[in-house]
Amino acid sequence: MTEDARLADRLLAGAAWLAATAVTGVFLWLLTDLLREGASALSVSFLVDEPRDAGRAGGIAPILVSTLLILGVCLAVALPLSLACAAYLAEYTRREERAGRTVRVSLEVLAGMPSIVFGLFGNALFCITLGLGFSILSGGLTLACMALPLMIRATEEGFRAVPGDYRSGAAALGLSRWTTLTHILLPAALPGLMVGTVLGIGRALAETAALIFTSGYVDRLPDSLMDSGRALSIHIYDLAMNVPGGERNAYATALVLIALLLVINVLASRAASGLLRRGYAGAGA
Amino acid sequence: MSGVALHIEGLSVRFGEHRVLEEVSLCAERHAITALMGPSGCGKTSFLLCINRLCDHASGCTVSGRVRVEGEEVLAPGTDLLRLRRKVGMIFQRPTPFPLSIRRNLELPLREHGVRGRAALEEGMETALRNVGLWDEVKDRLETPALALSGGQRQRLCIARAIALKPQVLLMDEPCSALDPISSGVVEDLIAGFRGRYTVLIVTHNLAQARRIADHCGVFWVTNGVGRLIEFGATEQVFEAPRDPVTAAYVQGLRG
Amino acid sequence: MLAAVLRAVALVCGAFVVLMVLFVLRESWPALREIGLSRFFTDASWHPQGGAAAGTFGLVPMIIASLALTAGSILLAAPLGLLCALFCTDYAPLGLATAFRRLMEVLAGIPSVVYGFWALVVLVPLINRWQPPGASLLAGILVLALMILPTMALLAQTAIATVPADYRRGAAALGLTRMGTLWGVVLPAARSGLFTAALLAVGRAIGETMAVLMVCGNVVRSPSSLFAPVRALTANIVLEMAYALDDHRSALFVSGLMLAVVVVALLLAAERLRRVHD
Repeated sequence: MTEDARLADRLLAGAAWLAATAVTGVFLWLLTDLLREGASALSVSFLVDEPRDAGRAGGIAPILVSTLLILGVCLAVALPLSLACAAYLAEYTRREERAGRTVRVSLEVLAGMPSIVFGLFGNALFCITLGLGFSILSGGLTLACMALPLMIRATEEGFRAVPGDYRSGAAALGLSRWTTLTHILLPAALPGLMVGTVLGIGRALAETAALIFTSGYVDRLPDSLMDSGRALSIHIYDLAMNVPGGERNAYATALVLIALLLVINVLASRAASGLLRRGYAGAGA
Repeated sequence: MSGVALHIEGLSVRFGEHRVLEEVSLCAERHAITALMGPSGCGKTSFLLCINRLCDHASGCTVSGRVRVEGEEVLAPGTDLLRLRRKVGMIFQRPTPFPLSIRRNLELPLREHGVRGRAALEEGMETALRNVGLWDEVKDRLETPALALSGGQRQRLCIARAIALKPQVLLMDEPCSALDPISSGVVEDLIAGFRGRYTVLIVTHNLAQARRIADHCGVFWVTNGVGRLIEFGATEQVFEAPRDPVTAAYVQGLRG
Repeated sequence: MLAAVLRAVALVCGAFVVLMVLFVLRESWPALREIGLSRFFTDASWHPQGGAAAGTFGLVPMIIASLALTAGSILLAAPLGLLCALFCTDYAPLGLATAFRRLMEVLAGIPSVVYGFWALVVLVPLINRWQPPGASLLAGILVLALMILPTMALLAQTAIATVPADYRRGAAALGLTRMGTLWGVVLPAARSGLFTAALLAVGRAIGETMAVLMVCGNVVRSPSSLFAPVRALTANIVLEMAYALDDHRSALFVSGLMLAVVVVALLLAAERLRRVHD
């Protein structure tokens, strides 16, 4: 009877609501724990002091510096590479289909590789073969490899979103490929690029396993890019696993990390929509 | 066996602030074919959607007026929609069989509405497929995907799906316009054969088609930005001696 | 000229994956040569100190642990993720659905080390109260499920949302209930998107390192029960790399290679599926 159908219908609705409520509940539990415990240890001095007593006391200033340096190296390498690769995929692969597809598939696979394998690779290539040792440079270069697929994909989307009219207009005016790319397409694809950069930064900041083997553990202020440095994520790991009594500062560090991610996200989406509104990107014309 | 199957009074449809249909009233005779004609955009599809309450799915849609299907008021808040849609079947312009096998396409609605047991399902499926003339064409490949069928076959499958539930009323929204001329002819003959078995309300662009198969005709037109029913009567009368000058121009093919 | 430069860069980017596998293979070679691949599966235990001859290099307990963790977390996260996706697409009012989706997006971005840390300080003591020691297979399964749930829910939601509206309308016209429509029409139509989401989630779970390292207890033994401490293949690499030398280090690279091969296979399968569907 249709009664069975109605009963099943109600059961499914109930299950969906139950699942959503349970999931939301657990995650809110996590977030409130983070906020409550972390906020109690968070202060301006936390952000500018050196760690003391193996990290139980003091702050995370040198760690913040290391993290930003690693991020800097990562972006400095990944941005130009991903721009070039995305430009190629978006503008040139209509005619050279097989090359484009091979590159895309291999990037998809790269995107899904476990971070531990990146760590092993980074260790083998940068630390040992290239002789960089445990350093910020090694860490940054390894993270660049990890962030690359995400950035390329998003930037390519940005290029593809530019209307064909821009290209035909440029061709009709006899502009060179280089000029078209740098003066017309690139500004228009900027939102995609920003999204990609944010995604790349997000992945880089969240990384722990890859950095353990490449940028090392040292929690002092690094003297140069060749020095070892500790990233925020590694600091959380160390405080949680190796330092009894380090929980409070671990919570606080986690809060700083998440706050950093959120801020970057908001800034980038604000910037992207600002660009769109001012008519720089595809939508206007 | 005549009488009034559908009694619509003062039906008005609005999407947000935009008025689509204003004060439409008509009576559809039981087991007869009623055609609704008129150019695009005058609310014919919205009209149909109100009868089986599919208008509920359109966002911002507000409906007022009275729609009685076989004596039951359909627009009332407590209406049992599942039962309504068993009584009132609908065929859309674009044939969309589900991405399942031919058999599953037919069994799904049958099962949902309480038909159980292999024998009953088989019988319901075969009867429906025979009634649309598809049985011989597909009986050897019931497990194959329905999407592999041609356009005309797909539409006939959708019709079979609807009549498998043994409805009283069939609403058809331009069922032939997405089909090639030959399939269109096959489906049209099928619909003509429904006279005496189902009350059919068919929206069509095709004046010749309406003239061929309909017992009654209604003409919709946009006046002052809103769709209205400007003419309704027996097919003969609407085409030979229309009351409204706009209708006269329309059926002569001069306007719309 | 410009085209050539761009193409060169793109090919280099495309070559990274191959470069990675090659390097890991190169580092694994000594172990593969000295110890031999079969010993990784047949040796009785994992005691790699002592070199190729004296040490034992059985990876099986850790492989089983990794598989159990992955299977358990998928069994938990897949149905829940699907239900949450259905909640967003079909059951929640628009405002609530958007808020829920926003929450999922935020959660998908939280680093795994934070999940692991929270699980260590909150979940493990809870499990310990129920059944010591707390750091166990169960803890690993729970934290992994937590981590892959948001991505699963988001991907499933996209897959369901791309099912053409015509199917839903046709089902409504036939008087199917919401459940009938979802179960009979929408979910089968979204099948390949959902399966791809599951494959990607499996890849993520197998490759996860930090969270399982923090909550599983890290004892090298085949799990005898849900509450037994285990060590995942990934965690093993992190724990021992710091002091591993020569053959031991090379053996760790071998386990890394295995992980890479499995994940690559999964991702290629997902890619093939996506291509077929399109």
